[in-house]
Amino acid sequence: MSDRWRSLLEKICIPVGALLAALVIFGLFCGLAGANPLGVYYSISRAAFGSWSSFQNTLIQASPLMLSALCTALPARLGLVIIGNEGALVLGGLAAVAGGLTLGGWGLPTPGVQLGMAFAGMAAGGIWIAIVGALRHYRAVNETISSLLMNYIAIALLNHMVNGPMKDPSSLNKPSSYPLPEMHMLGNLPGSRVHYGLVLGLVACGLAYFLIQRTTFGFAARTAGGNVRAARVAGLPVGKLTLAICFLGGACAGLAGMVEVAAVHGRANESLNANYGYGGVLVAFIARHNPIAASLVALLLGGILASGGILQRSHGLPDATVMVFQGIVFLSVLYSDSLYGRLPIFKERGVQPSPPVAVATPV
Amino acid sequence: MASEALGWWGVPLAIIAGTLRGSAPFLLVSLGECLTEKSGKINLGLEGTLLMGAMSAYAVSYLTGSPWLGVIVAGVAGMFLGLIHGWLAQQPRVNDVAVGIAMIIFGSGLAFFLGKPFIQPSAPQLPTLSLAGWTQIPQLESALSISPLFILGVAIAPLMQWFFRSSRWGLLIRAVGDSPDAAKAMGISIFKVRMASIVAGSFLAGIGGASLSLFYPGSWSERISSGQGLMAVALVIFARWNPVQCLYASLLFGGAQAIGPALQSVGIDAYYYLFNASPYILTLLIMVITCSPKRTLTGAPGSLGQAQE
Repeated sequence: MSDRWRSLLEKICIPVGALLAALVIFGLFCGLAGANPLGVYYSISRAAFGSWSSFQNTLIQASPLMLSALCTALPARLGLVIIGNEGALVLGGLAAVAGGLTLGGWGLPTPGVQLGMAFAGMAAGGIWIAIVGALRHYRAVNETISSLLMNYIAIALLNHMVNGPMKDPSSLNKPSSYPLPEMHMLGNLPGSRVHYGLVLGLVACGLAYFLIQRTTFGFAARTAGGNVRAARVAGLPVGKLTLAICFLGGACAGLAGMVEVAAVHGRANESLNANYGYGGVLVAFIARHNPIAASLVALLLGGILASGGILQRSHGLPDATVMVFQGIVFLSVLYSDSLYGRLPIFKERGVQPSPPVAVATPV
Repeated sequence: MASEALGWWGVPLAIIAGTLRGSAPFLLVSLGECLTEKSGKINLGLEGTLLMGAMSAYAVSYLTGSPWLGVIVAGVAGMFLGLIHGWLAQQPRVNDVAVGIAMIIFGSGLAFFLGKPFIQPSAPQLPTLSLAGWTQIPQLESALSISPLFILGVAIAPLMQWFFRSSRWGLLIRAVGDSPDAAKAMGISIFKVRMASIVAGSFLAGIGGASLSLFYPGSWSERISSGQGLMAVALVIFARWNPVQCLYASLLFGGAQAIGPALQSVGIDAYYYLFNASPYILTLLIMVITCSPKRTLTGAPGSLGQAQE
């Protein structure tokens, strides 16, 4: 087995092993809570991937996760830990509704309105996270803490707008904005209930991978992420890179918000704040910030999220069970990071470290 | 509403009352985080610890009828989460910030999971200490009844200052946090010192949670903390890793938190949600003002945020 294959095998086996370990720990947890672990596994797999109908639910859950994961994965290449996905998503959704209602009011045709909504969502999310990047670069404010604080501010803004300036007076129980007209909503893929957000998510993940791995911009970002000082010496514009990559990441999360309002909710309200942001953080970390891997992990996590309802109904487990599971998976995957290069199976064989050659020092 | 009788004077009074009531969680969590960060590790997961503490305190108080037992159990629950964080965050190549995010999800998930049955029932609350024997005005009386946990925090702050400055153990923690290599050369176990600091810090954060559910707001729900644990972590940076300044900063944050409800009580509710966001905005502003890319912050532990070898 060549070293290349061995290293690839290590990169696949360790995360998969971490997921399996998390499943076992979660099973023990469910057992302690009085549910049959095997029954729980069975329910999750059936609800996630059991039939075409349930797999469609998984796909619907996975699309916003793919987009919002990029909000963590892209800045991570620059060495930034940004978890403002929830805030960017919420504001993206809010801006998309505002844009859609305005453009629709002007009588634009549907493609124009949808394009406008996408751009409004991406701009709002992008600027929101670019602020985090600017604070990091110009004021050295810890980006993790500032992005998390900005989540709360964004949710407050959402509540303010749907309870005040943008409120539809007929939405009494759950204050909401005016609904988007049916004709401007994002449609479904032919022959399914899955909306076009899935396509947007897959395309965004593919583009992000290309951007990071195959372009000069991506190379510059990865260099700066490896060593900021070296990047500065090499003349890379670290500030501009930070702002640009934060904007792109935020734009993806904002697009996730647009997809949620334009394909699922049809209006902006509290339902936007549905933890897709934190799910996206988890996806990005499990995928080790690789956009292609993120699209696959999003499918997996989407399946788990889709099974939340059935765990509640058939096993009597509270809805927070899914959150506990996410936490266990996250912790287990983080621990697995420390195993790279430590497991004997994946060690390079036959390569002995050459002993230092004694050289006679000329006196 | 009580403040109606006092008119506009109700606003500053309500803010002062809210400060005294609401700053205990900030204080206890920030003291815990201060202790943790002095040893060179960050624990962002204290948000989850706070929720876990709030839930377990409420549940134990409801089940046994003893709020003080609830406070102890809250601290122990915090220590349990601290053990996980302390062990995981010290593995090679594992980033303590990432572990913190995971612990927020895990801790709050666990708290919501176990706390589901306790959302409805009402549990016995902690007794209050009244400082208002001299006044007859009911608003003042209610404003000046103080949580015993707040008093505890106020007492711990100077004690912790003394601990860092003058005690052998405090010196050990500072040595590990400022220069792990030198500490290692002295034969100190970095792992044990950091583990002890993280676990003790999590104990304080758990008690902070008890103050949420057993004093103010005095109930258990999934929205009880809403980021207070996280703000407390940011507050430690603002307080320059100094326990006594953590006390002042906590009072400021408790006050900011009281602005929204205080204005609502006199009928200003147009910007209710935005005023409720003021603690977050204040935290952000303070971080923007106090941080600088040109110098490291005075008081910052030397090895904070650096990768483990």
